[in-house]
Amino acid sequence: MLTPQEIQNRLERILLSVQKPGRYVGGEYNQVVKDWEQIQTRVALIFPDIYDIGLPNLGLAILYDLLNQRPDVLAERAYSPWLDMEVAMRSAGIPLYSLETRHPLAAFDILGFSLPYETLYTNVLNALDLSQIPLYASERTGKNPLVIAGGHATFNPEPMHAFIDAFVIGEGEEAILDIVRAQQAWKSAGETRADLLQALAKIPGVYVPSLYRVSYQEDGRLEKIEAREGAPTRITKRIVARLPKPTTRFLVPSVDVVHNRVAVEIMRGCTRGCRFCHAGMINRPVRERPIEEITAALEEALSYTGFEEIALLSLSSSDYTHILDLVDQLSRRFASRHVHITLPSLRIESFSVELMDRLKDSRASGGFTLAPEAATERMRRIINKPVATEQLLETARAIYDHGWTSIKLYFMIGHPSETIEDVQAIVGLCKAVLAEGRRRIGGKARVHAGVSTFVPKPHTPFQWVPCDTADQIRAKQDLLKRELRNPGIKLTWTEPEDTFLESWLSRGDRRLAEVIYTAWKLGAKFDAWQDQYRYPLWVEAFQSASLDPDFYSHRQRDLDEVLPWAHISAAVRPAHLKEEYRWSLEGRLRDDCREQCYACGILPQFAALRTQNPGPAWKCPEVKPKDQSARKPRMLVPN
Amino acid sequence: MENPDSTYRYRIYYKKGEAIRYIGHLDLHRAWERSLRRAGLPMTFSQGYHPQPRMQQACALPLGFTSLGEVIDVWLVNEYSPAEIQQALNRAVPPGLEITAIEMVDLKSPPLQTRVRSSRYLATLLDPAKGDEVIARVTDLLNSTSLPRERRGKSYDLRPLIEALSADDCVEQPGKVRIHMLLSAREGATGRPEEVLESLGLDPLGAQIQRVELVFADPRG
Repeated sequence: MLTPQEIQNRLERILLSVQKPGRYVGGEYNQVVKDWEQIQTRVALIFPDIYDIGLPNLGLAILYDLLNQRPDVLAERAYSPWLDMEVAMRSAGIPLYSLETRHPLAAFDILGFSLPYETLYTNVLNALDLSQIPLYASERTGKNPLVIAGGHATFNPEPMHAFIDAFVIGEGEEAILDIVRAQQAWKSAGETRADLLQALAKIPGVYVPSLYRVSYQEDGRLEKIEAREGAPTRITKRIVARLPKPTTRFLVPSVDVVHNRVAVEIMRGCTRGCRFCHAGMINRPVRERPIEEITAALEEALSYTGFEEIALLSLSSSDYTHILDLVDQLSRRFASRHVHITLPSLRIESFSVELMDRLKDSRASGGFTLAPEAATERMRRIINKPVATEQLLETARAIYDHGWTSIKLYFMIGHPSETIEDVQAIVGLCKAVLAEGRRRIGGKARVHAGVSTFVPKPHTPFQWVPCDTADQIRAKQDLLKRELRNPGIKLTWTEPEDTFLESWLSRGDRRLAEVIYTAWKLGAKFDAWQDQYRYPLWVEAFQSASLDPDFYSHRQRDLDEVLPWAHISAAVRPAHLKEEYRWSLEGRLRDDCREQCYACGILPQFAALRTQNPGPAWKCPEVKPKDQSARKPRMLVPN
Repeated sequence: MENPDSTYRYRIYYKKGEAIRYIGHLDLHRAWERSLRRAGLPMTFSQGYHPQPRMQQACALPLGFTSLGEVIDVWLVNEYSPAEIQQALNRAVPPGLEITAIEMVDLKSPPLQTRVRSSRYLATLLDPAKGDEVIARVTDLLNSTSLPRERRGKSYDLRPLIEALSADDCVEQPGKVRIHMLLSAREGATGRPEEVLESLGLDPLGAQIQRVELVFADPRG
């Protein structure tokens, strides 16, 4: 294994020959460098895409901060090298190394991969390969680092089961520390790698795929999933009862990255229950941060980082209970300091315009973004995102009146049972919004329609439905391209082939591990990059594994089918998802569950946590201790 | 109440070290803005639709170079003593930036970049080399009357941009050959150390290059 000094010497020879070498040297303000020799447990956190995308990732920033707060742990970072750097590294014999101390990743105790989306999978294999670590978990020994992964995509961990020793399902803040403790105990006991995996499987929310056996029926559907060696039959996601104090000591990159800003989650989870929405289903319950905690954290983070932008993150900003008060306080505090504040995911109502107006600083803000997702009443009922067209137009009028000239509208095509009329309605709606703009501000008015293609996601009410076929998608996109060829309207869309990779991987089973491996062998990497993704490689990889990609993307599943992620629980009851699916077929709306609990399953699963954390911290109803609940039936935990 | 239009101009002399040498000119500008923000020193912003903090660097340092003698002017809203600024900034600059001196400058003083005349560089070869050979090539190059080259498709003569050039064997590390250059750094007439190295038949990627100082038209005027 190369020493850090040897790696450094070799790097010096190549860094000036690659694009943007600042990506590969670390040394950012707020970087934590500990004494390697003195620290018991060394963790490398890896975002398997380039630095520019990985550095701003909030999840990894939180874990980096939490781990480095522990005196016995060090956390360093690595990202995927861009193509030119990979070539240079391989020819110079440089393994993937940590930015902080230039240690090869193979020298760490634990490698933690962030997997927020599926199109990063081949990059994980490439990172392991560049680290000279066996790709298959079964081939790794006690000498190799423990390889773990977490993030939204791992709610269906099965396609990556062969490469990852253990997955964290759900929120990582507490689980990562449990894993470190288990690893430390194992190391000091001098046990085998199998013992370590056994110990990890006992941690709530941790899934050790090698302890499960999956069998298939002749037609390719799952037969059953069996837990072995005492592993739990079901792995329920981990949550933190209260959002911990926000991270404030962010790394400040010295080169430009995709988001140069302080990011604070004002709330986690969403009560809206849009049926297509993976994040909305897996991030329950809704937990809000107190307003004072947010403002104090932002103040602290700005003084630690010097960033010129703040992002308030949540799945639905308008739903934060004290949003108006928060926005008022922030605009008062930061307006004079040339700090730009962004507030994503606003509801379609004039109140949102009022909010944004208060945040508007002298800096030109781009367009105003709204996400109606569908353009007809019928389709909105199916996906459970009710927005009256008149309300959308009224909001658009308010936006143009308040000085914005461009409105970005997000839609999806390919929702279940969508017809060409529903797609036609997208055209009509975009034109109607533009017409409002023209009436208010004349020819300057712009509409940008961002139309993506729906991918059914695991753990959602649409986990059983097929994805549109290439022909269906093309027909719908052709219509949009033809009819939205209009001065003032810009259309962007996703190529069907790009959608398919996501649709195969997100609902894939264990057999896709071979497909991922083969695709990587054939040269697939950076699949999230439109200009790098190569569809034919994946088709070839499916063929070589004798699997039909359509089986994963275009097949309607039976409601009783054993789904590949059946042993993973997001704590939403399968019966609730089925009911939501049936309601969607009937076009029946489910109200926001902030007003009334619809027994999705979160409360029975986390009743103890809710009891210990009463009050407004959660948006779920309170759970009374058992002896009282009998006397207050309305407060009963729904089963 | 402060005068909202008040502004004070300070000149910061600093070193750019190993830790930040792969950061380019524009990114360095941003690094200074964030350092000033962290130091709690409000900057003067330009007017208009995209207000930008007022800062001027003397002369862009190519990516990958370290430097002992960089200079940047910044405009601040409040008046401080140079010592106060240096104290606040020392804690706030990223690893690799080191402030050597700060002084207040007359607001009417001409822009730094118009006053740069030449730039002194030191290139240290990474691989052991024969000092005599390199010295001989330096002599040859200095004896030539013109060195026609191309840069971005335009031909130019490198020779008049070389004001001084010499090579030696590093005393502390024998075998480490060093090349000293004084190159023109006037607008439209900038000599680049990599091009000098290439003209000497040396691989620029095989050398670590440091700017030793910037030479101004009139000292600190």
